[in-house]
This record gives sequence, C-alpha cells and structure tokens, in this order.
Amino acid sequence: MFMPRKQTPEGSSLTRTQLGAVGAGLLIAGLALLVVGWSAPLVLFAKAVLVLAGVVTTSQGLSRVVWAVRGRRPDILVWLCSAWLVLLITVALLAPLLPLGEHVDVASALTAPTYQTPELLSEHPLGTNNYGLDLLARSVYGARTSLVISLLAVAIGTVVGGSIGVVAGYFRAGVDSVVGIFTNALLAVPPLILLIALGTVLDPKIRNIALALALITIPSMIRLARANTIAFAQREFVLAARAMGATRLRVMVRELTPNVMLPVFSMMIVMISVLIVAEASLSFLGLGIQAPEPTWGNMISEGEGGTMQDFPHVVLVPGTFLFLTVFSFNLLGEKAQKRWDARSAKI
Amino acid sequence: MRTALIRIGELIAVLMIVSFGVFMLVSLLPGDPAVSILGDGRSPEEYAAKRAELGLDDNVIVRYLDWFGGALRGDLGASLIPPQNDVVDRILGALPVSVQLAAMGLLMALLMAIPLAMWSASRPGGLVDRIIGASMFAVLSVPSFLAGLLLIAVFANGLGWFPRAQWVRITEDPLGSLYHSFLPALTIALMELATFTRVLRNDLIGTLNEDYILAAKAKGMPPWRILVVDALRPSSFSLITLLGISMGRLVGSTVIVEYLFALPGMGGVVVNAANQGDYPLVQGSVLVIAAIYVLVNAGIDLSYGYLDPRTRRVHA
Amino acid sequence: MTSDYLLEVDDVRTEFATSRGLVRAVDGVSLTLRPGETLGIVGESGSGKSVLGRTIMGLITNGPSTTVSGTVRLAGQDVHAISASQRRKLWGPKVAMVFQDPMTSLNPVKKVGVHITEALRLHLGVGKAEARERAVDLLKKVGIPEPARRMNQYPHELSGGMRQRVVIAMALSCDPELLIADEPTTALDVTVQKQILDLLASLSTTLNMATILISHDLGAVEGRTDRVQVMYAGRVVETARTQTVFNAPSHPYAEALLASIPRLNDPPHTILRAIDGTPPDMANPPSGCRFAPRCVYAADNCRTDPPVLADLGTALEPHRVACHYPLPAPGVTPPDLDPAGLVKEKN
Repeated sequence: MFMPRKQTPEGSSLTRTQLGAVGAGLLIAGLALLVVGWSAPLVLFAKAVLVLAGVVTTSQGLSRVVWAVRGRRPDILVWLCSAWLVLLITVALLAPLLPLGEHVDVASALTAPTYQTPELLSEHPLGTNNYGLDLLARSVYGARTSLVISLLAVAIGTVVGGSIGVVAGYFRAGVDSVVGIFTNALLAVPPLILLIALGTVLDPKIRNIALALALITIPSMIRLARANTIAFAQREFVLAARAMGATRLRVMVRELTPNVMLPVFSMMIVMISVLIVAEASLSFLGLGIQAPEPTWGNMISEGEGGTMQDFPHVVLVPGTFLFLTVFSFNLLGEKAQKRWDARSAKI
Repeated sequence: MRTALIRIGELIAVLMIVSFGVFMLVSLLPGDPAVSILGDGRSPEEYAAKRAELGLDDNVIVRYLDWFGGALRGDLGASLIPPQNDVVDRILGALPVSVQLAAMGLLMALLMAIPLAMWSASRPGGLVDRIIGASMFAVLSVPSFLAGLLLIAVFANGLGWFPRAQWVRITEDPLGSLYHSFLPALTIALMELATFTRVLRNDLIGTLNEDYILAAKAKGMPPWRILVVDALRPSSFSLITLLGISMGRLVGSTVIVEYLFALPGMGGVVVNAANQGDYPLVQGSVLVIAAIYVLVNAGIDLSYGYLDPRTRRVHA
Repeated sequence: MTSDYLLEVDDVRTEFATSRGLVRAVDGVSLTLRPGETLGIVGESGSGKSVLGRTIMGLITNGPSTTVSGTVRLAGQDVHAISASQRRKLWGPKVAMVFQDPMTSLNPVKKVGVHITEALRLHLGVGKAEARERAVDLLKKVGIPEPARRMNQYPHELSGGMRQRVVIAMALSCDPELLIADEPTTALDVTVQKQILDLLASLSTTLNMATILISHDLGAVEGRTDRVQVMYAGRVVETARTQTVFNAPSHPYAEALLASIPRLNDPPHTILRAIDGTPPDMANPPSGCRFAPRCVYAADNCRTDPPVLADLGTALEPHRVACHYPLPAPGVTPPDLDPAGLVKEKN
C-alpha cells in the first residue's frame, strides 16, 4: 500500500491516539533515562551515554506528542534551541537578582567546599571549582560575558561591514577595489591568529575583545552585503527609484538596505556562534577575560592538566553551556540561511 | 599567463598590507618595550639606550621598511624574552610540527568524510543519512579545545591508548611520530570532518540528480561504481573550494591543539609570545603564518585549472 | 500470452507523492512492441511520456514516494518484479536509453571513450583494447568524424550534435534490442535535430532494433516510426499507424497537435495554431475527458464521463481513440492544412 511521507497533515501510519501514546511512552522513557543517567553510580562515560540517549528519546517523544495534538510534525529541535537561548538570555540578564552562589569573589567562598561534584538539590547544583566558587553561578555570569561580547561584536561588525559592503556594491569601480584589497588583507590572516595578535596589544577588557571580534566579522559582512547589493542594484525597483530622481543615498538606504537585511540577518546568527567560540578560545588561551572573572573559555581551561581526570564536572559544566549555546545559534542560523539566503546556505 | 601575473601582483599587495598591519598593530603596544625588557627601576638613560638599540626612536615608516627588508632577507629580529633567541630560528623549529599536524588532521578528515558522505548521499533522508547529519552538526558545535580536552580525558588518561604532551619528530621515528601525533591530529580533524562531510554529501546528492548519473545507471552500471566513479570526481571540486575556505579554521585549531597538547609547534610559540608580550616573535609568527596561508589559498585557486578538464568551469 | 512481443506494457500507472498531493503521471497505459518495430510517443510536456519511458526501462520503480502498478514485460522479464541487479543486466544489452540533453547526460570529467567502453567492458566482458576498437567503430557508425581522436576528448570539447551522437553510440554499445529515445533533439539546434532523428531512424532499420521515440513534436515521428501513440495528461488518447494519424487524426487533441506543426509548404503568413489553455494540473486532473476543458468540440458528457480507448474499425490496423465524438475520417481536415504535404515517402 502506498504511504506518502511527511506530506499529509498526519504523515503517520498511526492514529492520533496511538501516536500520542507512543510519544508519551518515549517521553517517559527518555526522562527515566535522564534521571538514571544523572544519578546512577556508574562510570562517567556510561552516564554520558545514558543522558544522551535520554535527551534524544525525550525530544522524539515530545515531538510525537505535539505531532499528535497539533496534527503537524513540529521541528522540535528549533523549538528546543530557541527555548534554550531564551532561558539563557533571561537568566544572564537577571543574574544579579537570582539566588546564585558566589561566582567571582574567592575570599567569600573560603568556607565553601572545593571541587564539589554536581548535586541537583544541594547548595551548589552544578558543583564548585578549586576555590569553591559555584559553577552554576560562574556559568551564568560566563554567559553574560560571552553574550555581551559576541552580540556587541556582531552588531558593530554588521553595521560597519554591512554599510561598507552596500556602498562598495553600489558604487563598484574605485571604491570597490579599495574595499576589495582591504577585505582580502583582513581575510589573509587566519581569524584566530589575528585575535592572538590583537590580544598581545589590547587590554583584555570586554570592550577591547568585542572590538577585536568585530574586526573579524567585518570582512565576511562586507562580502555578503556587497554581493547582495550588486544583485539587487540591477533589479527594476532600483532603476525605478532612480528614474524618479532618488538620490544615491536614498537608493542605498531606502531601496537596497532593506533587501540586503535578510541575508545579513541570517549571517548574523551564524556569526554569533562563531564569535562565541572565538571568544571562548581566546579565554582558553589566556588572552581573553582573565580569571577569576568567569567566562566559559577560562572555566574550561581550569580543567587542563590532571584536573579534568579527577573532577570532570569542572570542564563538563561550562563545556555543556558552551556546546548547547553554539549548537542553538548554529541551528537557528542555518534555518535562517535556508530561508533567507539561498547562496550562503550551501557552504 | 596574464591572469597568473595579476594574481601574483595581488598576492604581493595583500602580503605588503598584512605585514604593515601586523607591524603597526604591535607598534601600538601600550607600555614601553624597553621597560618590559629591562624591568622596572632602571635609570631613564638606560631605557633610552635600550630604545635606541631597538630602533624605537626612528619614524614608523622607516622602522617598518627596516623590519620588512630584514624579513625578506630572513631576519625577523630577536625575541625579547631571555634567552632572546633568533625569531627565524624559533619559527623554523616550530613550523614542521604545525605543518605535520595540520596535514595529518586534514588527511584524517578527508579519509573519514568521503565514505561518510557517500554513505549518507546514497540514501538521502534515510536513517543513516539523518544520524550522520545530526552527529556532524553536533560535532560542528564542539570547539576544538573542548574536543581536545575530552579526547585526552577519554583516550589518553582514561583508556591510556595514547600518550600526551610528547612530540617525536617524524625524521627520527616515523611510526612513533604518527602514534604520538594521532590524538592532536584527530582533534584537528573533527571540525573539518564535520564540514567536509556535510558539504560533500550535499554536493553528491546534487551530482547524483544529474542526467549523466541517470545515463550511467541506464547503462547498467552498479550503484557503487556510479557513486565512486561518476559522482565523486565531479563533486570533489567543491571539496577543493572548501579546503580553501576551511584553511583559516584549520590554522586556528592547529594553534589551539598545539597549546592544549603542549606540542612544540607554532601555536605554542605564538600563544606564549602573546601572553608574554614578546612582540618581535608575535610579529614574525603572524607574518609567516599569514604568508603561508595566502600562498596555500592561491595554490588551491590555481589547482582548479589543472584538475578540472573544463578549465574555465564556473562554480555556482 | 505468447511472446512474439519484445515489449508488453499492460495497464501501467506511475504515481508520485508530492507536496501537492498524489500525482498520477502515467494513468493506465498499455502498449506492445515487436522486435524491430518502431513506435512514436507524442504529447505536450507534462503528458507523462517521459515518465512512461523511464517506467518501461525500470529507471522509475517502486520507492518511498513512487508507486508503479501494472506490468512491463521486456524480453520475457517483468521489469518491476525482478531484483535491481537483474534489472541492471537488462540495461545495455536489452534496452538502452538516449536522453534529452546531451549537455547534461555526459559526465563532464570523463572522456568520450570511457563513456562508451565502460558499458562494453561491464556487460560483454571484453578487454580494454577490444572495447576501444569497438567504441571507435560505434563512433564511426553514428557519424562522428575522426573517431579515434574523439575518444580522448572530454564532452565539453564537442558540439551539441556531436555529443548527442556520443550519447547514441553509448546507448548502442551493447546492441540493445530496444532503444528508448526520450526527446533526443529537444535541446539541439533546429538544423541538427533532423540529422539526429534521421540517424536514429536509419540505425533502427539497419540494426533491426525496436525503437520508442518520445517527442512533443508530431513532425519528429512522422515518417520515422511505424506506429504512434498520442498521450494527454497521463493517458493514451489515440494510437494507430503513424500515417493514419497524420492523414486523419480522430482525436481532437491529435488534430490540434497536428495543426501546430509548421510546414515548409504552408502558404506564407499561415497562422500556426496553438492549443488554447494549459495542460491540466496532474495533482487534480479534470473528471471526464481530460482534454475536455481545452477541446473545441467538447459536449456536456465529455466533462463527466471519461472516454475509453476503443478501436474505430475504419482501418486494417487497429486505430484506437479515446473520445466520445471522434472526428470523421478523412473528411474535415482544417482548410489551412495541406493534406498533400503530410504524405511523405517513408525512408
């Protein structure tokens, strides 16, 4: 018998109740796996496998439940990623108001246990580091730093790179070739090397690091905005605007910029994840924000040497925060590119 | 021939700008290099003498030309940090390590990516394709320093299969060298593997929809042969393009992995120099890395012509 | 049924599941072909003729979003019941296909020679040198000058017509009993089209090879095939000897197709008749006769009752038409169509 895939609203051979039951079953099984994986006295590796299986099963179950209720298969991953980012941003914004443990002041953590392993219902749900600082609090404040730096850098990079790109793409000729050489020169140094070189010179402060990261965003933004401007500048509506006597500035601001916005926006989301990784790498190498001020990168670097062997949570906690955030931005960025920017999505 | 000359001209221009940028950047260094060399508490005359010795009193352009001229003659000055080794010697000692690691990482990534992509593309949307796709996407979101720490924890410290923090030169003991560099190379390979697999899979699926694949099928060619002979070669061009694009990331992860595994490569040199404010060493290293990077990219560009029979094929 | 037929197609339906619903591209087509016989399949694009050709070959077969029902017996074997590897043994020695666009049906990175020799070596198991020799002969047979030199060239070094000759040589390499040519000239220059069609016709005569020539152009099959089958919206609407259809089309669609062929001996300024309207949406075809919405003769029952394919009984050979009101033969030929121009010598 013929059975179409995905097309029909249901897209499933099961009835609504059956699908819901399967989903609920998977959901419960997934949650059970999560609990067992978290609390069972097993080797870390086995725990990790169990937790991973739990996450996959839970999301599959959740997806089927929603599928049964709404009649359409949801893109559960997109929802989960958005939920994570919303949660992270909210918590990062409200961090000073939340009842978190000590995140930076070593002196006030003197009485706290050091290297305590995560225990969800204790005072330090995600454990502590070698000074007894609370890892949950540090991860949340790390998120603050990470997000502030990368959002600031992307904003600067997009505004500067985007406008240079639109101007270069609209005027072509002289401006374009000067901009081209400048872009090529910036792209001629591998990004991390450029950051390290800048790190030698600049004081490791949030503002400076954001500026350095903005510098590596600029060339790709110029290229993207320029290519899109060239494509749109030949379209009829631009000609029509010019024929109506619009000034060049007006054409660029009113006609071209809105059209270039969408691909640039999807690039921004991808760029954020690139910059979060870059910032973390820089901190990891000791060239970013300095400890004890927490960032995910310098928290992870605490696990270097033998520490990770004895206290894996010191790396795994900030590592998980970093991974989930980068993954979410990557996924959302890719979806956005598929939708708004067919060309970049290929790479 | 003419296009090649133009390319070379562009290359030189870009390298000049990069070297000037690198030089200028470090000249903006806050604080006085003389102070950082001699330490605090010397007399102003001593500092002045040191500055004169370092040539810091000259005009910036003069100093740049001096430095760049030296660079062309193979002299990049001496490190500021005792024992004040020659920068070129330091770089020459470290470069082979980095090149070996990057090449091994790239090779490992390719060796894994090609079969994975073919397996994925042979049944797009199937279970295998979805599992490979999801895991590659996840790998893409693990920064290399995190991946390296996890690999060390599992394979070096946990299972004890591989050593860590040792480097054996390939000239001394080829097999030992491969064994010792396996884990760092694998760390470098992971990120590239994920990108290569994803791009190659998409490209293969595109190629497999081409009419000439249908025509090969209609001749009764077996599926594996179509995949390997008819589809892989046209798709491999996009892999070469990708190689160029991923070069920057490759350099980045090599630097991080060398630092993480404490290997005597460029990464360790440049990161330590940066942390210590050893600016001649940073300048020299960045210049050398940028030059190699630009040349490799130019080489990749030129190689299309030789690999693709339709020399002027336009890439979408 | 005894098999003096090379090909027996019985009530074949090919359905695709698309996002717009189920598309029945081929809807109950039957046909037979004796060894050495030639058949033209004619219809507008979207009439299902190419899908029919690929279904006959077994290139389209049951899959996740495709269903094929009915039977295709080729050289005594049911193409859709045998395994994929058995099917591959048919492709080449029993049946071969010439594709529409020679620009895309040759692999750009493989030399001309390899395209031809690889099938020879696979199916006939001949050695490298012999395969090469045979390939040169084949290239000569399809009218390629300097065949030995062409062997080492890449497809892009050849003109469109030459490439299509290579594709034909490739199809002929294992002496197929049936050749399916799917719009072999659509992508070619008008001047080259006739040469390729004549080449195909003369090859099927000299090699005594059964041929199915698929085309949107009735003129292409005229004088080059024994019989013709006119398809509309997935169904056969008229089938008869080619000359019969040309002299006296019985289905209004065949008549309309015929009227849209430009002819050399038309008086100057003859207005070509395009067929009004557009082909039906195959995801939602009209009930009744599918041509009714565009048919100038349509009556009320045409829009509700689907006509069946029935023999008119007016000729010696079967002349089957699916129409409630077949046009009387040979009576009302449109005035601007010169019947004398239709009767041509068959080569």
